[in-house]
Parts: sequence; structure tokens; C-alpha cells
Amino acid sequence: MRFGRACLVALALAFGLALGVANAQAVSLDDAITHFTADDFDETLIGVNEVVASGSSRAETIIGALQNGQLMFSAEKKAVYIQDAAGQLVDAATGQPAGGPPPDDLDSVHLNNRLRGAIDAAMGQLTLLSRDPERRYQAAQAVFKSRAATALPTLEKAIAQETDGRVKVALEQARAAILLTTPGTSEADKLKAIATVRDRGDQDALGLLADIPAHETPVVAKAASDAIAAIQTRLAEWDAVQNLWYGLSLGSVLLLAAIGLAITFGVMGVINMAHGEMVMLGAYVTYVVQEIIRNNAPALFDYSLAIAIPLAFVFAGCVGILIERCIIRFLYGRPLETLLATWGLSLILQQAVRTVFGPNNREVGNPSFMSGAFDLGGITVTYNRLWIICFALAVFVALLGLLRYTRFGLEMRAVTQNRAMAASMGIRTSRVDALTFGLGSAIAGIAGVALSQIDNVSPNLGQSYIIDSFMVVVFGGVGNLWGTFVGSFVLGVANKFLEPFAGAVLGKIAILILIILFIQKRPRGLFALKGRAVEA
Amino acid sequence: MSSKPITTYTLTRRGWLVGAGGVALGLMGALPAQAEDTIKVGILHSLSGTMAISETTLKDVMLMLIAEQNKKGGVLGKKLEAVVVDPASNWPLFAEKARELISQDKVAVVFGCWTSVSRKSVLPVFKELDSILFYPVQFEGEEGERNVFYTGAAPNQQAIPAVDYLMSADGGSVKRWVLEGTDYVYPRTTNKILEAYLKQKGVADEDIMINYTPFGFSDWQTEVSKIKAFGSAGKKTAVVSTINGDANVPFYKELGNQGIKATDIPVVAFSVGEEELAGLDTKPLVGHLAAWNYFESIKTPANAAFIKEWHDFIKNPKRTTNDPMEAHYIGFNMWVKAVEKAKTTNADKVIAALPGIKQANLTGGVSEMLPNHYITKPVFIGEIRADGQFDVVWKTKSLVPGQAWSPYLPGSKDLIADWVKLNCGNYNTVTKTCGGT
Repeated sequence: MRFGRACLVALALAFGLALGVANAQAVSLDDAITHFTADDFDETLIGVNEVVASGSSRAETIIGALQNGQLMFSAEKKAVYIQDAAGQLVDAATGQPAGGPPPDDLDSVHLNNRLRGAIDAAMGQLTLLSRDPERRYQAAQAVFKSRAATALPTLEKAIAQETDGRVKVALEQARAAILLTTPGTSEADKLKAIATVRDRGDQDALGLLADIPAHETPVVAKAASDAIAAIQTRLAEWDAVQNLWYGLSLGSVLLLAAIGLAITFGVMGVINMAHGEMVMLGAYVTYVVQEIIRNNAPALFDYSLAIAIPLAFVFAGCVGILIERCIIRFLYGRPLETLLATWGLSLILQQAVRTVFGPNNREVGNPSFMSGAFDLGGITVTYNRLWIICFALAVFVALLGLLRYTRFGLEMRAVTQNRAMAASMGIRTSRVDALTFGLGSAIAGIAGVALSQIDNVSPNLGQSYIIDSFMVVVFGGVGNLWGTFVGSFVLGVANKFLEPFAGAVLGKIAILILIILFIQKRPRGLFALKGRAVEA
Repeated sequence: MSSKPITTYTLTRRGWLVGAGGVALGLMGALPAQAEDTIKVGILHSLSGTMAISETTLKDVMLMLIAEQNKKGGVLGKKLEAVVVDPASNWPLFAEKARELISQDKVAVVFGCWTSVSRKSVLPVFKELDSILFYPVQFEGEEGERNVFYTGAAPNQQAIPAVDYLMSADGGSVKRWVLEGTDYVYPRTTNKILEAYLKQKGVADEDIMINYTPFGFSDWQTEVSKIKAFGSAGKKTAVVSTINGDANVPFYKELGNQGIKATDIPVVAFSVGEEELAGLDTKPLVGHLAAWNYFESIKTPANAAFIKEWHDFIKNPKRTTNDPMEAHYIGFNMWVKAVEKAKTTNADKVIAALPGIKQANLTGGVSEMLPNHYITKPVFIGEIRADGQFDVVWKTKSLVPGQAWSPYLPGSKDLIADWVKLNCGNYNTVTKTCGGT
């Protein structure tokens, strides 16, 4: 990296110097862009630098097109074009529409990571004075990363005229990064720069400070190592918060996967090995919905999940009722047979999905509000995880409400607590059984909608959750929704605090051992049901 | 050609299907004359279970290659007949099905297996019954069996060149390495080889981080933030990923979400191909890398013809081609040439005929079967494009011969395999004996 960057800086400097010294020979834009027709990474790099050095007003458009893969070239005609979203070709140098049919050997200018880095740096330099504060901010970040000394004059100008506080800080950090890594900066400036970077305090700052050359004066070296220590302490403190957040997020996934099982297994006592497949069906419903939306109404894509949730609920619920009516109702009170029958059923469902949709993963996209992340203090919070936590909580609350406040919930509780008594009070217990199993399956279905956002949508999706789900329900206490709730978050958080020390594999083993020990002590789990219902 | 699970079905030259297993076997016993007209080719790939995602495609490509060969008149004047079995991603079942193929169906050769554990499980069967297995998947090496021909990449045909690329100026002059893998034999052995290689290149201990995760791992938050933290030490960092199968999709999603771009920390993967990316929105992943011996995007006439044939055969123009498919293409054609050279399908004679057979690969070179039963292959580094294909950014100057035993591991550095001169799969060049260390 250091060598690569040195090369870049040297190249950039060389062009800057060439410009400064021999201004008469400043490269024209036309000459600069012919480098793009060579289809060679080194030539393209020269092209990028020359386009920036040309100072042309088209530079930003051209480099932007290159960044987005819209810069096309024809080696035969030695011509460079920009292809707009509609597929129309525009001459790169002039911006005029290219006449005539597109050349036969039209191809996009190929990039590799070294070039992409150089392009990001070039774009940063070109957009430092942009009118849009967000773009200026991004530009400052790009310059912070590239530390290209050529950007310094523009940067000074940008800082002088900046009014937005956040952007100004970012610009000053970028300047500090350049000052720290260019030779010839005075010691006082370097100390100031280190202080600026230290205040930034994130991992990029850490990387920059660790990268300061070893042959600095003792004062600067000490300031740098102090700053590194300070940033590391701060990050270590945030680590605990980060682990907690990851734990909650894992817990919410476990809760979603297990909550349906908490009803079928926990409340009804059916060992349902096909539970995971209900989750999978929900995920495939999401896929089908997205596929239809993609083909018919792409504008609705952000609503695809909202549409998929009720559909997955109804579909998985119907499948659940069907399973209960056709198989499970004949097997009540025979746990071994139930286990084998539902296991077989899970294989049938998997293979059915494999036959219909193929064995490959299906692409389920993230709606825009579920993509990306934001920084909260020292931790990164990804939107998809945040939304899944909210969704899991909402599902849990809705389920609690259903059981507590509706007639169906009342009947369900009555049947599970004392079937004979409920029947003599006029409740149609077999209908309640079917609906309860359907409800458990339906909730697994909507869990599938959420899980499709973070996991593979493949026929094997359900298998990876079935063990975890049973673990949560047994740990939390069979027959108690709050047990499942607390159990999943406890396991999630414990897992995420163990993982950094023990690694993912050992962490998982450790959790299993802890659960086994816990079950030895409390066979009925965290929240044991008490009273006559237990004996029934 | 609907793939019925866990059944044996037989495709004869007239193209009719014999139904479920028992019936098929019964009929085959009753029709011996029928069986003698054809040369049977066994296909041992999982069509159900976890590995079906990768292996079903290989079954299809074999059926395509066999059909194509039959159009050209078959081999030795006889038509080829595919015998497809489904070992259902179940390792012991692989051995049973292999035995069934060789002793009951009397196949002349078997194309199959994906995971190393399935290959290890069928090895004793192939040795005992003396048959031939073509294994098409990139793997950890450290094996040189007489009955197996390895058409996938050995570590020196994939992992080592990929690391060399990342160390070069074009690859970003990487100084710090994360070796991230799924916890089983392929990643563990590959990472051991890479660790020894990196240390030999002067990489310090603290600049290498090795992590393993379970199969099907889906919660990558901690691992990805660990990588992010490791990458902020001021040195260019890269991730070498031997993450297998389904765990890749959530891994890349988490990378994208946490904003790790390929320009910051590139990830080079050894098990991610066109098929795996098909289930993924690849826009946030542009620039991450994969090392293979074949990419669908490579433009050669042979590749264009192969892709067209594949699309016609599978009747779906969206289906991708990938590296193990090319390995089967090379292996199958090598086997055909060897049979024609030996003028028999007798396993011993074909095994003797195979080394030295040359076959043009799909990327413009000519691969050769080596005396150690590995082949020569070109190595390409591809960058993920926004459309889920790869852009080749680097390739080896010439074809790389596969090494059965890694020179970077203490246990195997003196070993070579040579079935032509030495007639030995693990010849120790120091003690001059056959039989390992």
C-alpha cells in the first residue's frame, strides 16, 4: 500500500510539476483521454491523472463516468465515449452526441482496484468545491484516504470558503492527513495535524497514524503513539457496546426463528422438525413477490417486503393448517412418530422447492431503506439489522396481544391448559389445534421474510435455524413466550461476547455446553410453567 | 430430465428413462445384450441435500458432454450411456453409490464428487474395484491416487498465484493478511500452505490473522468488524477467503453493509464463482476478487461455443458456466482420447494411457494430464462486476502444472506423485522410497 501510494503520489506530483514547469505543454483533454483506448491499466492510470491535470470542465464528468463503468472506448477508432443511462453514446471530450452507429469493438474501460483507488482520489479532488455539501463531505473523505498532495491547494481554498461545520471538520482532517504524510511539513504543523486526526478517533485515523514514517522527530513520534493509544482505548470502550448491539441483533434473529416454534412446540407440544421449512417458504414468498415487482412495477420495489409479509403469513399459515389436518392430528401424544413424520415432511418440502425453483440461491434484494449503515459513536449500525430488531419486537408484541386479548387466544390457552375442560365448555378443540399450528407456521413464514434479508434464499435455509430454534425454546422454557423472548436475547448476547475471544466455532460450542449445564440445573428452562397444566 | 430424488435412472441411447431404482436394476439384469452395446459412464453428484446447489449443474454438464459425444459417434464405435446416481450430500452414501456404479452398473469411468470428504469416502472403493474417478473441483491437494484424476485446481494453481497477485503493485501491494475460512479440511490445509508461504515471503506473524467459522454461518457481524479492525493498522490488508457454499452470501452482504469496499480491503475468494454470485446483488461487491482457472466472461471461440451449447442444452439462457464445469469438459475429453488411444475401456489400460494426453481448454490454452494425475491449468484473477460476472484483471503467463504435494508443508515437502516412471503416489525424494514421509 505504502509503495502503491508513493507511486501514485509520485505520479501525481510528476504531472503536477510537469504542468507547473512547462505550462505551455499542458496536456489537452483530447490527448489525455486517448490513454483510455489502450485497454491497459497503466495507460488508464496515466489517463486519469492527465484528465485531472488538464483542468478541463469536462474532467469531473469523464472521471465520474469511468467510476460508474459508463466510459466506453473503441480501440479501432481511438475514440472515447460516455454511455448514458439510456444507452446513448456521447463523445467524452466534447459532450456532443456521437453520430452514426456505435463502433463494433465498443467496450467499457476496464478497472482494477488500484485504478479504482486512484479514481476515488481524483473524484475527491475534483468535487472538493462542489455545491452539494454531501458531495464535498464525500470528497473530503476520499482525499483523507488518498492523501494526494496535489489536492492541497484546492483543499485550502475549500476550507477557507466552507460554511457547513461537519464538512469543514472533514476537510481539515483531510488536510491533516496530507500534511502528515508529505515530507517537509514543519513539526508544529505535524503536531497540529496529529491532534486533528486524533479527534477523528476512528479506525481510518488509526490506520493513518500507524502509517506515519518511522524516522520522525521524537516529539512527533511520541504525539503519534499517544494519539494511537488514545484512539485504541476509545475504540476498546466502544467494543463492548458493539458486542451488545451484535448480540441484540443475533437475538432478534433467534427470536424470529423461534417464536413460531414457541407456539407449535412450546404451547402445543408438537416436535415440529419442519418448522425451518416454514421459514424457508416465507423467504421464497418474498422472492416471488420481488420477482413479480421487478418485472411489472419496479417502482414498488421498496414496498416489496410490506407486500410479502401478509402473503407469507397467509401462505405459510395455510400450509401449516394443511399439515396439521393431514398428518399431525393423527399423531398427538406420540412424540417419536411426530418427530419422524415432520422430519420426513421437511425433506419433502425442501426437495419440492428445489424442484420448482432449482437448487441455487435466489436473489432477494434489500429495499433501499434496509441497505447501508450509519455510525453511532464508535460503532457501525447496519440498517437491515436495525429493522429486523424492530420487526422481531413488533411480531412478539402482536403475538402477545393476540393471545391475551382475542377470543382465539383465549380458546387456545384454554385448550392447551386443559383440553377436556375446554371441550366441555363448547370449544371445538380440533379446530383450535389446526388454527394454532397454522398460527405458529404463519409466524415462521413472516420470519422468513425478514431472514431473506440477511441470509441465503435456498432450499436449505430452514435447516440452519431449526436447531437454534429448539435451543432457544428449550432454554427459555417450554410453553412460555416470555421465556423464548428472554432466551433468544440472552443467547444472542452471550454468543456475541464469547465470539471475539473464542472464535465463531468454539463460541458456538461453548454456548451449547452452557445450555446443557443450565438444563441440568433447571430442566424446565428459564421460565418454567407452574401449576396443574404442567402435569397434564 | 426431471431429477427424481434418491433414485437411479438410466439414460440409454434411445433416450428412454427407466424409473425408480429397483426397477432400473431389475431391468438391467434382464437386458444384458442392451448393456454390451454401450459404454457406461457413471455420474456421482449430489442431486439433493446441501451440496445439490453446486453439484446438480455438474450432473447436467456431464449429460450434455455425453450427448454431444454420442452425436459425434460415441467412443470406439459404441454409444456412451450415462448412469446417474444421487448420493444426496451424504458422505457414506457416496461410497455405496460408487460401489453400485462400478460393480452393478459396470461403468467404465466415474465423474463425480465435490467435497473432499466425499472423495475420501469413495477412494477405497475405487482402489478395491480398480476403476477411474475424475474429480473436477479445486481442493487442498496433498493426495496422489492411482485411480483418481484431478482436473480441479491444486493449491499451487489457485491459492498461491492469488496471493502473488495481491502482493504485486497491481493487486495493491498487500502487507497484512486475513485468512478466513469455513472450518473443514480444505480451508484448514489451504490456509496452512498459505501461512507457510507468506512467512517464507517475509510476512510477520502479527500481520496474519486466521479465522474459521462453522458451515452455513450466517451472522457475520463480529467477524467482519474484526476484519475491519485488523485492516486499520496502516498497512494494506486483504482477505483470502476459503469460505464455502452458503455462508458466502451473508458474508458479502455484511461486507457491503458495513461499507468495506474492495479499494479498502479486497477479498479474494477461492470458492465463489458465477453460480454463487447468482443469488446476490453484486453492486456493493464490485472489485472483490476470485481466483479460478476459468471464467465465463473469458472471450475465446471455444468458450463461446461451450456457453451456447450449455444454454441450448439446459434451455435457459440465464444459466451461468463455471470452473468445475470446465474441469469436467477437460476431464471428459481427456478420458475419450485416452480410451481411443488404449482402444479399450479397461481401467488399467486407460489409467496408463491418460498421462500425456493433451486437451484444449476453454480459455485458449492446451491442458495436459501429468504423470501425477493432475493437469496443467492457467490461473486467472477476476474482479466481480456489477452484473455478477468477472472481469479478468490478471493471469499467469503460462499454464501451471498441478502439484500433488505442497512444497510449503513440512509433512509433504519431499513428496512427489508419479504414476508413469515411479508408479507411486507419495514418493519421498529424500529417502528415495515410496510410502510417504
